Amino acid sequence: MLSNLLHINTVWVMASTMILGIAAGGIGCLAYWKRQNLMSDALSHAALPGVVVAFLIIQEKNLLLLVIGAALSALLGAFFIQWFTSASRITEDTAMGMTLSVFYGVGVMLLAIANRSPGGNQSGLNNFIYGQAAAMVRSDVITMVVLAAIVIFIIFIAFKEWKLFLFDPDFAKGIGLSIRGMNVLYTIVLVTTIVIGIQAVGVILMAAMLIIPSVSARYWTHSFKMMILLSSVIGGISGAFGTWVSSTGSGLPTGPFIVLTSAAIFAISLFFGKEHGIVIRYIQFKMQQRSSQLDQQVMTGRGGRSQ
Amino acid sequence: MSYSMWIILTASLVGLSCGLIGVFLILRKQAMMADGISHTVLLGIVLAYMVTQEVSGPAMLIGGIFAGILTAFLVQTLSSLKVRHDASLGIVFTSLFAIGVILISTSVGNVHLDVKHALMGEITFIPFTTMDIPLIGSIPKATALLLLVLLVVIFFIVAFYKEWKITSFDAALAASLGIPVIFFHYLFMTLVSVTTVASFDAVGAILVVAMLITPAAAAYLWTDKLIVMLFLSGGFGVLSAIIGYWIATWLDTSISGSMALATGCIFFVTFLLSPKHGLISRLVRPAELREEQEA
Repeated sequence: MLSNLLHINTVWVMASTMILGIAAGGIGCLAYWKRQNLMSDALSHAALPGVVVAFLIIQEKNLLLLVIGAALSALLGAFFIQWFTSASRITEDTAMGMTLSVFYGVGVMLLAIANRSPGGNQSGLNNFIYGQAAAMVRSDVITMVVLAAIVIFIIFIAFKEWKLFLFDPDFAKGIGLSIRGMNVLYTIVLVTTIVIGIQAVGVILMAAMLIIPSVSARYWTHSFKMMILLSSVIGGISGAFGTWVSSTGSGLPTGPFIVLTSAAIFAISLFFGKEHGIVIRYIQFKMQQRSSQLDQQVMTGRGGRSQ
Repeated sequence: MSYSMWIILTASLVGLSCGLIGVFLILRKQAMMADGISHTVLLGIVLAYMVTQEVSGPAMLIGGIFAGILTAFLVQTLSSLKVRHDASLGIVFTSLFAIGVILISTSVGNVHLDVKHALMGEITFIPFTTMDIPLIGSIPKATALLLLVLLVVIFFIVAFYKEWKITSFDAALAASLGIPVIFFHYLFMTLVSVTTVASFDAVGAILVVAMLITPAAAAYLWTDKLIVMLFLSGGFGVLSAIIGYWIATWLDTSISGSMALATGCIFFVTFLLSPKHGLISRLVRPAELREEQEA
């Protein structure tokens, strides 16, 4: 097991999933407060046709170009969701469900065509659906790490602006911050994180990397800053630990182990979390009960004396 | 009957039952629940396989129903613990799906069950596994199963039509009238799971989600009457199956993917042209009328 850990390729992949986890944890907090948890799921599905179209155009597997294709198609998906909800009486979750399934269907159609083209079958395009971090080569890792680092940088450098944007948009407008600009930046950062993550953990599980760390972090703090930090740490730990577990056996998928690691952290937070954890709430409830019982006794005691 | 007729018939059955169920999914604002259940059903199928060691219809159905109800239950529990509803769905379905994928890749590792097949579906092979039914002759197994599911869905919708209507539109009123709202929630989730599992093997998870949500959403823009919406939604489902098959043969590509695209096209045309809620009618409608309608 230790020799496995020291294997140079494993270290590379672990580093990249860890950075991915940190970026996803941070941006997940923004999505959490924008109440768009499932948006990540819709957008990661919507990225598939873009990946395949990019591949059909350039005829080789260059991660950066595929990521650009994925980002464009995910942005198109985001635009459709926005359009359907604002221009008709379709609700947001219906629009998300439609967009994700139809885009994904188109992706599968195109994938069938791409797999027929020479070399298409060996291109590893299927890895984009189910995710196989171990299949990443060094240049992929570098692309991923650079993009993830940019995302992390944007989240932390504009921390104050994000806070205003999420919690007090009116005030933000008042001091001259462009809400529209922030919305565009938010969508771009979200889409970037999703598309670089797809190859490592797959379309379906990418949503978990954005949702679970932020919800878990919510159980430990009330401060937005701490929540982002904690969520990033949880994401990073899940990424690294999940990759390590999946590298101990042959043919074990990476994404699911990352997701289960963060799900375990969520379960711990749900029970033992400092803020509103089940155990804490139970103890508070019991204390309340006891103090009110005491009050009752005191009151009846007094009542007795006065008579 | 010919090979392609069987495929179109099977897909149309999927379109019909999903279209009917989808109407209530949309009205109850639980569209994403369909996405969640269509993924967790995988775990149910894997568990059923591990218990019975075979991929058979009844075991799969029971496993899938179990997984669907488990999903609904866990989401409900987390929501009652004050986790936001969409976040709880996101946590539950990804985690259960992850467990399913890990089980497949470790202990099961079987040719009959791979993730890819389950998610994309292989409707192409449907006509090859047939069974004999007296009076009708030999029909594909998946088609027979879907026919049965459609009958079950229609039975429950007709039998509890009034209850569905009230619980979907006004849950508070339903509760005050003494209708067991929670029971109907779980009954509905069971129906969603049954439809999903039966369609799953035939057309794959993604097409199930497309068929559940998109035709119903299109129907929702055409009418304000529940009964009309049910018929329209089912009709759109069948229509997308036929158009989708035609696209797939034309481009020689994935049949379920093309059917998903067809549902999307139908919705988009509706979105533009629908007389009441469409984009164009909004634009051409006189301003005073628009205000009147929105008020």
